Amino acid sequence: MTLRSLLFGLGAFFSALTAVPVLAQVNVFACEPEWAALINEIGGPYVKSTSATTAFQDAHYIEAKPSLIAKARNADVLLCTGAELEVGWLPILLRQSGNPDIQPGKLGHILAADYVEKIEVPERLDRSMGDIHGAGNPHVHLDPYRMQKIADVVAQRLAKIDPEHGAYYGKSAAEFKTRWQNAIQRWEQQAKPLKGKRVVIHHRSQSYLFNWLGMDIVADLEPRPGIPPTSRHLASVLAETKTTQPDLVVVSAYQNDRGARWLSKRTDKPVVVLPFTVGGTKDANNLTQLFDVSIQRLLEALPNAG
Amino acid sequence: MKYTFSYKLLPIVALASASNVVYAAGQGSINTYSNEFNPAISLILDGRYTDIDQTELVLPGFQLGGEAGLPEQGFALGHNELALSASVDNLFYGQTSAALAYHDGETELELEEAFIEALGLGGGFTVKAGRFFSGVGYLNGIHDHAHDFSNRPLVYDAFFGGHLVDTGVQASWVAPLDFYLNVGAAVGRGSEFPGGANDGNDKGNAFFVKTGGDIGSHSSWQVGASYYRTEFDHRESGGHDHGSHEEDAHDHGHDHDHDHGADEAHAEIEQALHDGELDVVGVDFVYKWAPNGNSRETNFKFQAEYFVRNEEGRTEFNEGENSAEALYDGEQTGYYVQAIYQFMPSWRVGVRYDGLEADNTFSEFAGSGIDQDEFLEESELASSENDITRYSVMLDYSPSHFSRLRFQYGSLDNGITDDGMFTVQYIMSMGSHGAHAF
Repeated sequence: MTLRSLLFGLGAFFSALTAVPVLAQVNVFACEPEWAALINEIGGPYVKSTSATTAFQDAHYIEAKPSLIAKARNADVLLCTGAELEVGWLPILLRQSGNPDIQPGKLGHILAADYVEKIEVPERLDRSMGDIHGAGNPHVHLDPYRMQKIADVVAQRLAKIDPEHGAYYGKSAAEFKTRWQNAIQRWEQQAKPLKGKRVVIHHRSQSYLFNWLGMDIVADLEPRPGIPPTSRHLASVLAETKTTQPDLVVVSAYQNDRGARWLSKRTDKPVVVLPFTVGGTKDANNLTQLFDVSIQRLLEALPNAG
Repeated sequence: MKYTFSYKLLPIVALASASNVVYAAGQGSINTYSNEFNPAISLILDGRYTDIDQTELVLPGFQLGGEAGLPEQGFALGHNELALSASVDNLFYGQTSAALAYHDGETELELEEAFIEALGLGGGFTVKAGRFFSGVGYLNGIHDHAHDFSNRPLVYDAFFGGHLVDTGVQASWVAPLDFYLNVGAAVGRGSEFPGGANDGNDKGNAFFVKTGGDIGSHSSWQVGASYYRTEFDHRESGGHDHGSHEEDAHDHGHDHDHDHGADEAHAEIEQALHDGELDVVGVDFVYKWAPNGNSRETNFKFQAEYFVRNEEGRTEFNEGENSAEALYDGEQTGYYVQAIYQFMPSWRVGVRYDGLEADNTFSEFAGSGIDQDEFLEESELASSENDITRYSVMLDYSPSHFSRLRFQYGSLDNGITDDGMFTVQYIMSMGSHGAHAF
């Protein structure tokens, strides 16, 4: 049969092409920039990571585009947030990648949020409440303590996948921990004036940061998670500021700041744009800078900042 | 008395259930019940109001099949679709989707897809088996509820009866390159429109190749080329559409300037294509743009597909006592071009232009009680001198990721008449969060 011989020919052609040499580096598909940054800290020269999204994209709303399928096809490790953040595109991307190493349940499939406790877990799941995540708030990377736990998981997993450099990953994770603990102490010292401050936010993307710093979220500009601000909702947020008494209005770099500016103009409370992730602002180029910049921007915006 | 009694029992009940909860919490997880392994379920609800004069889709030069057709005038349900999917085990994934259609007091359940996919093969290979939308074309693999217009491009209706769906096996391979290159091949029954009944139920072959990438951080693109062929012993023609009525067939724009009484002609037309074979070649292109690749606020999508279909066979036509036969050789081209722009969150506008052209030739005509001209007109195989064109414009509003309201106007010029159609449509999705391909 011509068809049979054609398929056989194709098969032979493909298997010849797929016989690639062993990679010198662990190829990492990170869904978001923070995870690319984290695995670089741990893996150093032995990993090569790319992030599927940038700080200016909303990781919940991207698509399994061709460039991402190509990247997923060649990845040894997938490091993503999980907790349904990537539910709209990651499942289909994984199916299309033809890469068994990064499928759910495999060593090469790491969802960061699986390894830490989530906050803001809805008591009831109903879409009338917006695009909520049943597992809780997925943006766990903005709590440095949770980040530390995830760093350990990543190091252990890298050591299993690439045992040849296991010792390096262990040492590097220990060094990261020391650096990180010192940084946490510094941040907590710096951020003392922020404690108890009240913020209006665009979306619950920075909840872990505020939770850690002891700040209170008093209103959301989105009427429901994932639903763009409406003028009616903004008006009610404004009316409630009499009782909520916010100090700051906070948006992430990737979010539309129109609602925040509108509220700021009418309340005289400053708008703070936070990087949200690595690359979100020009001065947030790694994980340490991400927290440095976030805290610094919040402090600078406070009235009577010194 | 009764109330007091049940009241007293309440604390005991509460205690009993509380001990269960304590056990679960102690394990750091919730009790898992057997339904934890239920597949992801999603339900699409689609309803519409259509203002249209025509009851039947007439595309001169094209014998319609599959789901090609027009929606009904007035209020009607569209494709209400139920889909279930889950990992089968560590090697396989399974998915099935069925459309629920209702018309004339009857509910139909139509299996759209039911397939498994092997994900554990490695080397970039994926194998799909079962009934599925073929990898041919761009829009073919995308379910109607995720389309940007309330109706499919004309070329999909005319060439594939809606979607090219086949039952068989499809292998695809993603190349280990820095850019996206996907090559796929499939064998299948080849028995569904535009194919037909064949001996071995294995005559359908499909091939496709797709590539694509990013242009800077704002844009992405994909280009595909595809080929499909099949051969068959017998293909019935006549579109099947949820909205149209068989008894109304031919009760429309084109002139009936022949001798047969209308009633006699309508109920008894039967036509088929025997010993047929066909192939379809297509190219598709998609370009998407969003500022910084963030499609939340504004985004733009351009999409175009072009297909050429060649088919031949012995066509047989019966109208009451009269019958005719001829050798038919058709060369048909079809395309659409569309652009969608989201100008602010939740709001999109779109335009689409459709074109179809048929160049059909006939030989060895043999008729009994019917001449060649009548046969050509009644069978709808005569290609029109004018191309068939349609333009559509739409505006849709999506308050959330899960709901959409659409307003659409379209005007179809089939070379004989020019007809407008206005549609208001809702599409709602419930259940598990859907994932859509590029």
